Amino acid sequence: MDSHAVQLESKSHYLNRSALIASALVLVLAVAILAGVRYGLMLAIGLGFGLVLEGLRFGFAGPWRAMILRRDPSGILAQLLAIALVSVVAIPLIELRGGELLGAQAPVGWAMIGGAFVFGMAMQVVLGCGSGTLVNAGSGNPVGLLALPFFAIGSFAGAWHLIEWTSLGALPVINFTGWSGLAITLTALAGVAICFLRQAAPENRTIPKRYLIAAILIALLAILNLVVAGQPWGVVYGLGLWVAKGASAAGMDLSGSLFWAAPATLERVQSSSLTDYTTLTNTGIMAGAFLVASWRTGGLSQMLPQLPLRAWLSIVIAGFLLGYSSRLAFGCNVGAFFSGISTGSLHGWAWFIAAFVGSIQGVRLRPLLGLEARA
Amino acid sequence: MTRQIIANSGLAVLLILIVADYIGNPPNPYQQPAIVALGSGATSSGGFCGALPDR
Repeated sequence: MDSHAVQLESKSHYLNRSALIASALVLVLAVAILAGVRYGLMLAIGLGFGLVLEGLRFGFAGPWRAMILRRDPSGILAQLLAIALVSVVAIPLIELRGGELLGAQAPVGWAMIGGAFVFGMAMQVVLGCGSGTLVNAGSGNPVGLLALPFFAIGSFAGAWHLIEWTSLGALPVINFTGWSGLAITLTALAGVAICFLRQAAPENRTIPKRYLIAAILIALLAILNLVVAGQPWGVVYGLGLWVAKGASAAGMDLSGSLFWAAPATLERVQSSSLTDYTTLTNTGIMAGAFLVASWRTGGLSQMLPQLPLRAWLSIVIAGFLLGYSSRLAFGCNVGAFFSGISTGSLHGWAWFIAAFVGSIQGVRLRPLLGLEARA
Repeated sequence: MTRQIIANSGLAVLLILIVADYIGNPPNPYQQPAIVALGSGATSSGGFCGALPDR
């Protein structure tokens, strides 16, 4: 290639990247003007999540898989670090400004534990969790894009049956609050980190710089999410809401569901999606991942994977299960694990244990479903 | 086929859904909440995956 062609290509890259940044800014500004400044901020926070998750290749399903298969806990340690950083701010702040700020508080119960187990299994099948599926879809991964609509349908259906499932039996909501709650949370996080380090292969006992930066940035964004929205970072609610809106617009009667017919929920179904926090952050995550993938040289020029039919069918089923189970579990890796633990909810810990056990089964399932070569 | 078409399709569908919803349920910017929840004095009322419907 001669120097003129190189110059032209470089100019074209520069223009494309400028257009990407300008589009993101216009989108945020448009939401701020059309819906409100807080909503524009939430979209910007979502974009931040997407940029960090895709830009630094930070996720949840992949690091759990790395621990299960290679005894590499570096990604999980970074997740625990991010959760600890958020908890240092979130738990005292929620204690001080309860009402204005709410934690991810939910009860531990049979359906919750079962849901987390199934979620852990399904997230290893599609190699994408709540946030990961959005990132994958935004960055051109066909597995993520296929799983996403079924994830949303599952979330809608799981919420529909949530009350019935919860009546199987649940403890009261248990939260670790105030300074003592923070001390318990940090001690437990340190304990879990030590357990993983003891299980780790000797060469994997450090956290790479990329993960450290990602953990700090994700923690900052999660704190901003809490401070701006008054609630922690979540994913699943917004996905189910999209389907509820579609179903309602198509004439479906939601009154048969105790969940969707509840007055506050119904009001959200009938309100603009630009005023729903999880919709805004979910949109931002997808758009942020798209921006990074488009920015990277060759990021979107990879060929699509050739998978057998049973693999695609498995993705559809696993996508649905991701959504359904995460509603029973009162959240996914983001709403329950990350936000639950970092805001002092016991259900976050129960979710972590059940989902990790489910992940071990999911890792075993992948080759059987045609998603990778059998060992 | 490359990832470009998947990424473009995903984003296009998302934007179409948002625009369609905007046309059907336009938000009212004159009823927007305080810019930041912390310090606003208002009770948090957004939908969240950990909340039961009585919230």
